[in-house]
Amino acid sequence: MMLFQVLADGILTGSIIALGAIGLTLTMSVLHFPNFAHAELITFGADIALAALGLTGAFTGPLAPLSFGLPLVLAGLVAMAAAVVLALLVDRLVYRKLRARAKKMSVVFGSFGVSLLVRMSILMIFGGAATYYSTALQRAVSVGGLFRVMPDQVFTLGVTVIIVIGLHLFLKHARLGLAMRAYAENPQLAGVYGCDSERVLRWTWIIGAALAALAGVLYGLTVQIRPEIGFQLLLPLFAAAIMGGVGNVYGAVLGGLIVGLAESLSIYVIPPGYKMAVPFLLLLLILYLRPTGLFGAAKGAVK
Amino acid sequence: MPGGVAFYAIGAYGTAILMGPARPELIGGFGLPFPVALIGGMAAAAFGALIVGLAALRLRDDYLAIATFGIAISVQLVALNFDRLTGGAQGLIGLPRPLFRLFDGPNGFNLFYLGVVACMAALVYVALQVALASPWGRLLKAVRKDETAAASLGKNPTMVRLQAFVLGCTLMGLAGGLYVGFIGFVSPLDFLPILTFQIWAMLIVGGSGTTRGAFIGAFAVWGLWSASGLAVSRLVPAELQSQGGAIQVMLIGLLIVLTLLFRPRGLIGESETVSRHVD
Repeated sequence: MMLFQVLADGILTGSIIALGAIGLTLTMSVLHFPNFAHAELITFGADIALAALGLTGAFTGPLAPLSFGLPLVLAGLVAMAAAVVLALLVDRLVYRKLRARAKKMSVVFGSFGVSLLVRMSILMIFGGAATYYSTALQRAVSVGGLFRVMPDQVFTLGVTVIIVIGLHLFLKHARLGLAMRAYAENPQLAGVYGCDSERVLRWTWIIGAALAALAGVLYGLTVQIRPEIGFQLLLPLFAAAIMGGVGNVYGAVLGGLIVGLAESLSIYVIPPGYKMAVPFLLLLLILYLRPTGLFGAAKGAVK
Repeated sequence: MPGGVAFYAIGAYGTAILMGPARPELIGGFGLPFPVALIGGMAAAAFGALIVGLAALRLRDDYLAIATFGIAISVQLVALNFDRLTGGAQGLIGLPRPLFRLFDGPNGFNLFYLGVVACMAALVYVALQVALASPWGRLLKAVRKDETAAASLGKNPTMVRLQAFVLGCTLMGLAGGLYVGFIGFVSPLDFLPILTFQIWAMLIVGGSGTTRGAFIGAFAVWGLWSASGLAVSRLVPAELQSQGGAIQVMLIGLLIVLTLLFRPRGLIGESETVSRHVD
């Protein structure tokens, strides 16, 4: 019973990590730099949804058995839109100029600066206290007597699956999706073939930021919302994205699930205080053994 | 390198464990004299850097950034959780400060220690200038400027990078050890990630790649940090102090971003070196 519970928890945490890692892997492969501020969009999304919830009318009528109803869905959409605006704004003001520099690390340092600014702004505006979307107690449902899950967690898993399938179809068939893959593989060549780089970059930010905000809202359903939730997800996100192979959407999902499972299974091996180091150990392992990820994707290819 | 704070912490804890008084509940406490402990702390930082460097320096720059960030987190976890070695959340307290008893009060000691640290800084500065002017220093610069070109001349860039990394981390270990000697205790709270960002801001503001830039950047950024801290504690009402702390950190972030955008070479950019055979 205990083992099944640990596995179920791992998969559910993993699906949140996966959502964040999809956005990270896309921006990393198309924009060609690891965005250390990506995780802050998760916190931003969670907090904007919390603020918007005050406007959309707090929990009037949750849709049983979920703990939330239409207001949170609307608030989530507001949060996604806000995160997109923030990401595009930061790209316009900071990254665009730094990306053009010969020194590739400029933009990496810049993203750390941005992450400090965003995290501290959130702390200033929303305060440091932990909050919830709803204080109502939710009954966990027993599945086959093996483990118990919250309906919200099942919802999260379902949303992740739908998004992965949707994104897969988008990247495989939509013109814009194809352009994104081409641009990730070879920006110059993609330009020669008439692919509009501005549009590709813009949509990469839009998709990445919206998914990050969504991950934040879903994460906020199961944990407390604090200013540092994004920062603490940074290593798991990178571990998942690199493990899956940068640019590989399925890989990011699989990586997210592996990281989530490893974190929750680690309680059998190491004291719980060291749990936060697990994603990092996985990351080192993968960088040693298969630096291009589990599926050995060519560098920068969006799959 | 986002994990700088990790080696600073290793140096600090290494020094603390070696010089601390023996206590039954702790593994450490060897009661060694401060200079010996300091060298031990530096050695620990160097050893840590060697292991990390061997693993990470094969990586692309951006992966290296992620990996060292992970190391910083891991070292902090060890500091927090390995109670028998590090004293856990409480840290290691009551460490003997070098020659503290020779002084009447803390002021005399502070002045003395300032002198010690200033001498060490001067020593490191001179040593680095000598090293950078040597053939090894030119090799370092060659690898930084154009790794492919250096490799094509038969140099081994990975080896050079590893040497530079270990040297840099050893110096951070020295800084950590000196810090412990000054305050007489060590706790995980001294090694929050913000320290890494402060060090970065110093390097970016000062202009990376030069020792002089690092020194000037360090004074400029620490001055700004202290001044903003003073301003916050004076001007911001007591109930909003945590928000005031956020303003300080935001300033660091803003400083990094603005310097990168508008003064990418820092206050003191590295001077261009052109071969004397070119007109």
